[in-house]
Order: sequence, then C-alpha cells, then structure tokens
Amino acid sequence: MLSLIVFLPIIAGLVILAVPSSQKQIIRIVSLLASLAQVVLSVLIWRAYDPSLPGITAGPGGSPLGSFQFVEKLPWISLNLGGFGSLNIEYFLGIDGISVTMVILTALISAIGILSSWTIQKQVKGYFILYNLLASAMMGCFVALDFFLFYVFWEIMLLPMYFLIGIWGGPNREYAAIKFFLYTLFGSVFMLLVMIGLYFSVIDPVTGNHTFSLVAMASQENYIKDAILGPDNVMWRYVAFIVLFIGFAIKVPMFPFHTWLPDAHVEAPTPISVILAGVLLKLGTYGMMRINFPLFPEVFHASMYVIGIFGAINIIYGAFCALAQQDLKKMVAYSSISHMGYVLLGLAAGNSEGMVGALYQMFNHGTITAMLFLLVGVIYDRAHTRQIDKFGGLASYMPVYAAVVTIAWFASLGLPGLSGFISEAFVFVGAFSSVTTRYIAMVSVLGIVFGAAYLLWSLQRVFLGKRKADAAYDIEVGEDGHEHIHFHDWKGKLDLDGRELAMLVPLAVIIIFLGIYPMPVLGMLTTSINKLVEVLSPVVMTTMN
Amino acid sequence: MFELPSGAEIQGIIASLEASVGFFIPELYLSVLFMLLIVVDLFAKGRKNNLLSITTLLGLAGSIFFIYQQHSMQPGEFFFGMYVLDEFALFFKYLFVISAMIAVVITMADEQFDREVKSIGEYYALIVAMLIGMIMMASSADLMMIILSMELVSLTAYILTGYFKRDPRSSEAALKYLVYGAVSSGLMIYGFSLIYGLTAQTNLIKISAELSAHGYDPVVMILASLIVLAGFGYKIGAVPFHFWSPDVYEGAPTPITAYLSVASKASGFALLMRFFYIAVPHVVNPYEDIIGIDWVSLLIILSIASMIYGNVVALWQKNVKRLLAYSSIAHAGYLLLGIIVMDQLGTQATLFYLLSYFLVNFGAFYVVILIANKTGSENLDDYRGLGKRMPLAGAALTVFLISLVGLPPTVGFIGKLMIFSALLAKGSLYIWLALIGVMTSVISLYYYMLIPLNMYLRDSEQHGEKNMDSGMLAKVLMALLMILTLYFGLFFQPLSDFAKYSSAMFGVKLY
Repeated sequence: MLSLIVFLPIIAGLVILAVPSSQKQIIRIVSLLASLAQVVLSVLIWRAYDPSLPGITAGPGGSPLGSFQFVEKLPWISLNLGGFGSLNIEYFLGIDGISVTMVILTALISAIGILSSWTIQKQVKGYFILYNLLASAMMGCFVALDFFLFYVFWEIMLLPMYFLIGIWGGPNREYAAIKFFLYTLFGSVFMLLVMIGLYFSVIDPVTGNHTFSLVAMASQENYIKDAILGPDNVMWRYVAFIVLFIGFAIKVPMFPFHTWLPDAHVEAPTPISVILAGVLLKLGTYGMMRINFPLFPEVFHASMYVIGIFGAINIIYGAFCALAQQDLKKMVAYSSISHMGYVLLGLAAGNSEGMVGALYQMFNHGTITAMLFLLVGVIYDRAHTRQIDKFGGLASYMPVYAAVVTIAWFASLGLPGLSGFISEAFVFVGAFSSVTTRYIAMVSVLGIVFGAAYLLWSLQRVFLGKRKADAAYDIEVGEDGHEHIHFHDWKGKLDLDGRELAMLVPLAVIIIFLGIYPMPVLGMLTTSINKLVEVLSPVVMTTMN
Repeated sequence: MFELPSGAEIQGIIASLEASVGFFIPELYLSVLFMLLIVVDLFAKGRKNNLLSITTLLGLAGSIFFIYQQHSMQPGEFFFGMYVLDEFALFFKYLFVISAMIAVVITMADEQFDREVKSIGEYYALIVAMLIGMIMMASSADLMMIILSMELVSLTAYILTGYFKRDPRSSEAALKYLVYGAVSSGLMIYGFSLIYGLTAQTNLIKISAELSAHGYDPVVMILASLIVLAGFGYKIGAVPFHFWSPDVYEGAPTPITAYLSVASKASGFALLMRFFYIAVPHVVNPYEDIIGIDWVSLLIILSIASMIYGNVVALWQKNVKRLLAYSSIAHAGYLLLGIIVMDQLGTQATLFYLLSYFLVNFGAFYVVILIANKTGSENLDDYRGLGKRMPLAGAALTVFLISLVGLPPTVGFIGKLMIFSALLAKGSLYIWLALIGVMTSVISLYYYMLIPLNMYLRDSEQHGEKNMDSGMLAKVLMALLMILTLYFGLFFQPLSDFAKYSSAMFGVKLY
C-alpha cells in the first residue's frame, strides 16, 4: 500500500518517458491519473487508519508492528563490514499519527499541483517527469522509517526542485535555484554525518546489529553507552542535535536560514510554489518531530527555550517582512515564514496541546498556503504582474475570485470558523501552559495582529476601492451597460474558470470543514502526539539514565 | 666483491623463476598483446581501420580470463619477493584492464583523433604498455620493482599525453607532465635510498620487519616518508603535487585524460596503500610518535589540502576538462580519507570509492567527448542549451555529476557514505576530517551544477539545425553507464562485497 502510494508518480514518470514530447495532453493526463490515484489511496489509508496505535517508538517486543501501521519491512542491503558487524539497511515504511496527516496532505497538494501545472507550455515532458519524481520523493520522506531511506528520499527531492525552479522559473531563476540547492544541501550533509554516527551508536534490540531504523533509534535503551552518540557522550549528542536541527530548520525555514525561501517562491512557477509551501516546508518540522527530537530528547529538553525564541522571531519577523512587501507572492512567502513560526512555537512548548497544534498547523498551513499561492498565480496569469499597487477594486469585476480570496486570506489570519484558527489556538494554549514558553507566547501573540494587518491591508488594496491609475487592466463599458475589466493579453475567462475552481474549491471546503469540525484530523494524531510527548518528557529520561 | 654463484644456486634460481612464472601469466599475456599490436599496425594502415582497436579490445577481454584464473591461486610473493599476488592486486588488475578497454572504446568514439592524427599507429600498443605498468605497480612488493613499474607507466603516459603532435596544448601538457614526473620520481627514488640506508632491504615486508626489530631514527624516517610521498602524491594528483594535472588533463586527448584520471590515479593509490600499510611500522595513536608527526599526519595534511584546494579552485574554471581535473584533485583528497583510518573498513571504503569514481568519471569524460564531437568545444559556454539538443547526453552527464557531488541515489553517494562511515567508526577522533569532507562537497555542488546550469537553464545563441545525434552505440553505452551509476547507488552490495574481498593484502599487519 505505502510502496504503491510512494512509487505511483515515478511509474507515471516512466510512462511519460515513453510518450513522445508532442503529446502534451497525454502527458498531463497520465500525471493527473497517477496523482488522483494517490489521493484515492490516501483516503483509503485514512479510512483504514487505526487511531489507537501510538507509533513513534517500537511496539511490544521491539517490533514496529502493533505500533506503526501499514508496515513494510524488507531487507535491502546487508553488508559485511568485518570488525564492525554488518551494515543493514532496510526498506522500511510505515506510518503513525504524525505521518498519516502528512501523507494525506502530500497526496492532495500533489494532485492540485498537477492541475495547476496544466498551463505550463515549455518542455512539458521534462516538467512532468521531474514533477513526478519530486512527488514520489516527498511521499517517500513521510513514510520512510529507516534513516538511510529517509535520507535518500530527502536528497532526491533536491535535483528535481532545482530544475523545476531553474528551467520554468522567473527572470532571476538561476540564482534562486542554486541558492535553494546549496542551502538545503548544506543542511543535509551534516545530517549524513549524524546518520552515520547514530548508526554506530544504536543496536536493534531484535537482531543485535547496528541499524538505521528510526524506530529503534527512538528508544534510548537501544543506544550503546559509550558510543559516539551514546548517552555518555554528552557533548557530541548536543552537537548532533544542533546540526540536525539546523538541517531541518533550513527547510522550515527558520530565521536566520530563511533567505532562500522568498527567492525560490518569487522565481518558481505557481505549482512549484504550491508544492514548496504546501509540502516541502513541512518536511523540516516533520523531520524535527520524527528524528531530531525523539532521538535526542534530553537535548531537546534543554533547548526548548531557544527553539521557542526562534519560533517567535519567525512569527514576528515574517509578519513584519510581509507587511513591507509590494509583490503579492513575496508577501505570501513571508507569511509562510511567519506561520511556520507557530509550528516551531508549538513544538517548543513540548506538551500535548502545543504539539497537536503544531502538527495540525502543519496540515492547515499546507492547505491554506497552497490556496494563497494558487490565487496569486491566478491573478499573475491574467495581469502578468503581482505588484499590489497595480490593482484595486477587483472585487466588483471578479466576484467569485474575490470570494475565494477572502476565504483564503481570512483562514490565513486565523479567523474562527476556519481551520487556521484552531491550530493557532492549540499552539497558544500549549505555549501558555508550558512554563518555558509562557513569555515567548505572550510576545508571539503580536504576530497575529501583524498578520491581520498585512492580510487585510493587501485585501483592501487589491480588491476594494477604485481601479488604480496605473493598474494592470482597463475598464470597458460593455454593450449591456455594465462595466467590465480587460487584461491586456488574457484571452481566457475573466473570473475563475473550471480548472481553477477544481483546484481551489476542494481546498476551501477542507479549510472550512476542518475549521468547524477538526476531529477527522485531530483524532488521528492525538495518540501519537501523546506518545511523542511521553518520549520527550524529562521523567522518562531520568528513569533511563 | 662478487662471488659467482655456484651451479646449484643457479639451478635453484632457475627453479624459483620457473615456479614464479605461473603467477605472472596475465602480465605475460599482455606483453604478447603489446607486441602483437605493433605487428598488426604494420598491416593495418589508415585511421578509419578499426582492426587495431578491435584487436586491442578482444585482447584485453581475453586477459580478464587469465586474471580470473588467479583467484584460485594462493596469495603470496614470488620472483624473490619482488612481486606479490593477492586479492588487493587482483582488484586493481580488473580495474585497470576494464579502464583500458573503456579508454579504447571512447577513443573510437572521439572524432578529434580523425582530425589530429594521420595514423593511430602505436597508440593502442602504448595503452596496453601503460596497463602492464599499472598492473605491476599494484603488485610490486619491492622498492626496485616499484620504481621500474612506475617509470613504465610514466613514460608511456608522457607519449600518450602528447599524442596530438600538432596541437600545442597537447605537446605543452606532455612536456609539463614529463618535467614534474622526472622531479617527483627523482625525489621518490631518493626517499627509497634513505629507507634502504636505514634497513639494507628493498622488500617491503623485510623493511617493516627490520624497522620494527631494530628501531629507527624517526627524523630520517619521516623525511623519507615525506619524500616518497612526493612520488606517490604526484601519481594520485594530490595537493601540493598536483600542479601538472590541470594542464595535462586539458591538453591530453580526452580518452587519455579519462584513463589518467581513473587508472593512473588508482595505480598511485594501490602503491601508496601497499607501501604505507606494509613497509612502515605503525604506532597505535598517530600523535604519539616521537616527533609528533608521522606519515598518517602527512596524509591528513595532503587530504585536507586536496579537498579544499581542488573544490575551491574548480569554482572558477571555464573549461569542462579543466573543471574535472580540479574535481579529480578533490576526489584524491576524499580517497585519502579512507586510507588515513588505516583499518579494513577504510580500505574497503577506499576501494569502493575508486570503483564508483571509475564508473562515474569515465561516464563523464565519455559524454564530454560526445559533446565535443558535435560542438567542437569543451568550454562551459558552449554547453548552453545542449540539454534540449542532446537530451540523453545531458541527462547522463547530470547523473554523473550528481554522483561526483555524492548525492543519492547514485553510486558516488555510497562511496562518500562508506568513507565517512570509516572515519566515524573511529569514534570522535576523525570527526573534524569528516566535517571538512562534507563541507567541501557542498562547495563542489556549485561548480558541478554549472554544467547542468548551462545545459538546461540557458539557451544557446546559435539555433543551427545541426545534427546532434551521436549514434546508436554511443547512446547505448551512455545509457548503460548512467543506469549502472543509479543501480549501484541503490543496490551496492555486489560492489561493496567485492571491495571487502579485495581489501586482503599479502603481508599486511594492520587488520
């Protein structure tokens, strides 16, 4: 099941490889079918998922079964290393409450990204092959339970992303693409060293060999006491935690490692921005929850305060930057930084409320930001500009568009009744109830105010009032006596067309539904989060050492 | 001075030689092939005639059979301890023979040969001669033998580098190569003479025994090691003995560049490992030597300098062959990391890395030749827009470059993984070396990606409808190398097991 959902896009990519590049429609449809199949599979997984199993660590008897679900475990590579025992790498997939939400999100956003890619005209074949490769790798990251496998998927994402930004991007794409590549690689090479160090420090309780299994690594009793990352080696455990954290923080992106994000977003084509904001950023915080924190709980405990401060900086700094942007897409990009700050704050709280909020915020941010970028893409297609001051009064000419934008914008600023509100509320409840992050939370609340400021202000400038003098469109009076607007070289429908609605409406429905009744998602993740909090709690730590 | 040996002694010597010849069959076979090629050249005139290249290919393929037969032989030394046969040597024999075969294949594809030389003549014979030299380098267990085999490799390499007689770049490269080569082999021989002075032995195992039994002056020993390293460092192209390599790589015919960058470098590593693993006695902790420095420290310095210098200077290169030259300096640094740890895991990692480097580097140079055939240039700017015009070549080159950076799912990633695993298996002792290794590989991403950047992200100014098809055979080969790079990146067990098997070295006391 999980293998299928991971490799479907790659299979589609191979099929596309055989299709002549002139058959653009076939290429698109093959990709769409694969991603729709992914969505169907993710729904099946969601239906069959048993929310009572905790995940995170191994179940009874050291086996992942009984704790993780949909487990697939096959020996992949087994090398004899002489005096160092044998190097065992497993093809080990499985999901728990943390990953199941992300799997659903990834399938959904991938499918919407394909729809959004319909307008790509340049080198369609290459585009969809790379896109499918990216989609597979993202999905693989979320379901891999072997560190080696996770790392392979993690790195496979980089190259397609580089080309997708670099070939199909905007004017400054070369710079943005290589910047993205270098930043992420810089983070991940250190992850490679930590991975090797962990391998030499951890023993699989079942086989007695060293292992890359994240499940075995999540239990502190599996560590060799005096190994390089064993409990006795306090200094190296701190170093390992910090470099891993930086590796994931670059992906989040956390201040001060965020500078690649605005560049990448501004240059990337709309579907790639959607993928980037909707899924890729979540990999950073997912990595923290799956690897960074549970493997080094005592270091996490010591650094909660610092993580919280960085979360607060992200929230406020991102909001301030967004406030200053003239480019609508750049504003949304900075709003992403701000909103990922809530995730960090929730994680830093270290309690169930905060962690649930963080994970739920990851899901909601994925859907909401995908919508924001799609909507920016809609107006950019028509006007070929994203400058906020080139519009004005659009609401009366594009009423459907304005309505959808309003939903998305309000969801982003956390209006009650929409999904963003619930997750942010959980984050703050968690952060306030934790002694460590209480004061940080008080400061962070300001972020909501600034968030409302830039969102409402941009909404007002683009949709309300009158047409600006140098706007990107002209007003014509039609034969029926009504005023219409006209974009210079836009031949399509003025308001949202069917394809655009097909992308936006499902997202809007999800956002509204989960804002009113969040249990379908929350219900899946609470058991795992409680388990994670238990693994991270200092009580467990002291009994173990 | 000399006493004439008695009849019985002569009988004994002859008997011993006769017994040794049985272990020397692949080398003898290749020598026959070398002479056969010279004879065939007399009959096969004209460059378009593929008779020579096909004969070479078949002949080389035949030698694999004889090498394969040696697996069943007992590892040991023969020819009075001059020469050894062990799994380690067999590994390099395979590597060199296959390298020579690939060099022949890509020579056949290179159209520059059609333009530059009237007759291919002794070219293939020289490739075989160099091959013999390299095989002997990997099997030498005696200082005299090391010098002889290294000179054989060097002399043939000088000629092959300057094979485009009318191309001044090629001649310049050959001259530079010769001058640097002469100086460094001179130094190396001086180092050997110091070692002989210390021990009165030339056999590596006996040297080791002598040094451990009677002790030695550490200052003289470190001086000797340093000077010997100049010779080896020149062969592997490590900083600061690298100055020849960018010019030689750029000027030499591209198949020879590929051959030098893979096989010749590997032969240097074979020698380096055998010499330092066997001849030099080892202290447990490298920092506890009397003067606080020993050959491992020297290698650490060489390795760091190569990784940093190679990767940083490559950033400014505009010629792809030159860029790959600097990258090969950097890779010498990574390979040295595996030797520094001085254990079986390190040896295994080094051998694996050599295999991956062999596969990927040949692939990269092959694509560079195919592109140069069509564009007539190796400049980075002329790679613009090639991704669209030569889709397979572009994709293959991208995969090879990604593998050189060390990203999954390619074989290069596994190579880096093994090297860093070997370092970290030593605990925290070498973590800082691993850190330098990973940080420099981030730097390397930038210049390797310059090539795909030009191929895919930029459009060429010329929109000629020139035929960019490189032919069926070339495409198949390219695709095969690309698939192997990816395949071994995911299922690397056979390569790794082979590397482990081959880490057994006759007379080694390290592991």
